[in-house]
Amino acid sequence: MLNQLDKALVRERIARRAEREIVSGSYVNLGIGMPTMVANYIQGGKQVVLQSENGLLGIGKSPLKEEVDPDLINAGKETVTAQEGASYFSNAESFAMIRGAHLDLAILGGMEVSETGDLANWMIPGKMIKGMGGAMDIVHGAKKIVIIMDHVNKHGTSKILKKCSLPLTGKQVVNRVITDRAVMDVEESGLVLIEIAEGWTVEEIVESTEAELKISEHLRIGTY
Amino acid sequence: MKTIYTSFAEAVAEIQDGSTIMVGGFGLVGIPENLILALVDSQVKHLTVISNNCGVDDWGLGLLLKNKQIDKMIGSYVGENKEFERQVLAGELEVELTPQGTLAERIRAGGAGIPAFYTPAGVGTLIAEGEEVRVFNNKEYLLQTALKADFSLIRAAVGDHAGNLVYNKTARNFNPMMAAAGKVTIAEVEQLVEPGTIDPDHVHTPGIYVQALIEGAQEKRIERLTIRQEA
Repeated sequence: MLNQLDKALVRERIARRAEREIVSGSYVNLGIGMPTMVANYIQGGKQVVLQSENGLLGIGKSPLKEEVDPDLINAGKETVTAQEGASYFSNAESFAMIRGAHLDLAILGGMEVSETGDLANWMIPGKMIKGMGGAMDIVHGAKKIVIIMDHVNKHGTSKILKKCSLPLTGKQVVNRVITDRAVMDVEESGLVLIEIAEGWTVEEIVESTEAELKISEHLRIGTY
Repeated sequence: MKTIYTSFAEAVAEIQDGSTIMVGGFGLVGIPENLILALVDSQVKHLTVISNNCGVDDWGLGLLLKNKQIDKMIGSYVGENKEFERQVLAGELEVELTPQGTLAERIRAGGAGIPAFYTPAGVGTLIAEGEEVRVFNNKEYLLQTALKADFSLIRAAVGDHAGNLVYNKTARNFNPMMAAAGKVTIAEVEQLVEPGTIDPDHVHTPGIYVQALIEGAQEKRIERLTIRQEA
């Protein structure tokens, strides 16, 4: 049933669930692409400072046409504004801030995640290598790393694996994975299923996941 | 005290074939537009370029690439440029990809007299293969070496005759570290002012790192215009 849903709606579902990870008062880095969309769903009343690794703490809304400043962009190279209380700095300062574990949370995209928390999200062998950008640094920096991604690829094959097949971005770096179907935590004991999206059953999730899943005793169903 | 150029061709005249150059900017933001154009005109070849990105097909470092002036590129993300892909696949261009934070720190280290450092970025990945990994406090770190350049070409909003620089917003990016890591740093500034105009407390790059300045008007092309409608 969900396979029929418009892709944009699926992305919105994932982004809205990811937004719940953001605690008021926190400093957060959102990756390029779907993670950037999460900012659109931040609930009113939450005080959040978004970091952009090119040197901005306090990303504001997209500018109005007359507000556009070509010197002010986010890490995805899109024009942005700075919110009140924002600061600008160099990339060296920016990544010192990241590596030094001063960010509370990073929400990044993923191609594959393994049951031990390995992440692959930067290259596909045989295709042109564009570069890792800041991903390899960020996965070792923020206090919590949440990956948002599709549960399966376009052929219906699991992207949550026992072992990643693609070159890694980081080893044992992921804390939580949010897909269109489920939320899973990487624990000492392995990958633990903690939430299931509306329209899916435990059996369907287990069947569509290559990694070994432990079912949390506090499993919640239909939470998003 | 500092060399003040009025011609961009003169500003880049000392850059020889085979030089290693650092070029400031993130995407097209904060790039020294006219210094790059002058390098294209100079036809200098076999350059090693250190820059986070490599421009787009028709602007920034993409122009040097199109003109086949670059032999080697050290950066973190080069996906905005089709000519780049063609040259890599044809074996015409050597590429060294480095995580962005590692790149920033390698340049910072180069300018700060630190030959190498350990970072967690890249441990357990392709870039760590054959490299030195060391454990500190039960965590693995990868050894990375500093980067320096024969010339650093950077961009600032305001510069004074003492070489002090102030950047605008996210156009700061890699420029301050590159200023320190270049043997000769040439700063293209949007506005050149007399010493004393910039409050010393507001200087981003102290003049000691800058050998020459030139004033230049910027096009400031936008890569991804993203706007919101009036609510």
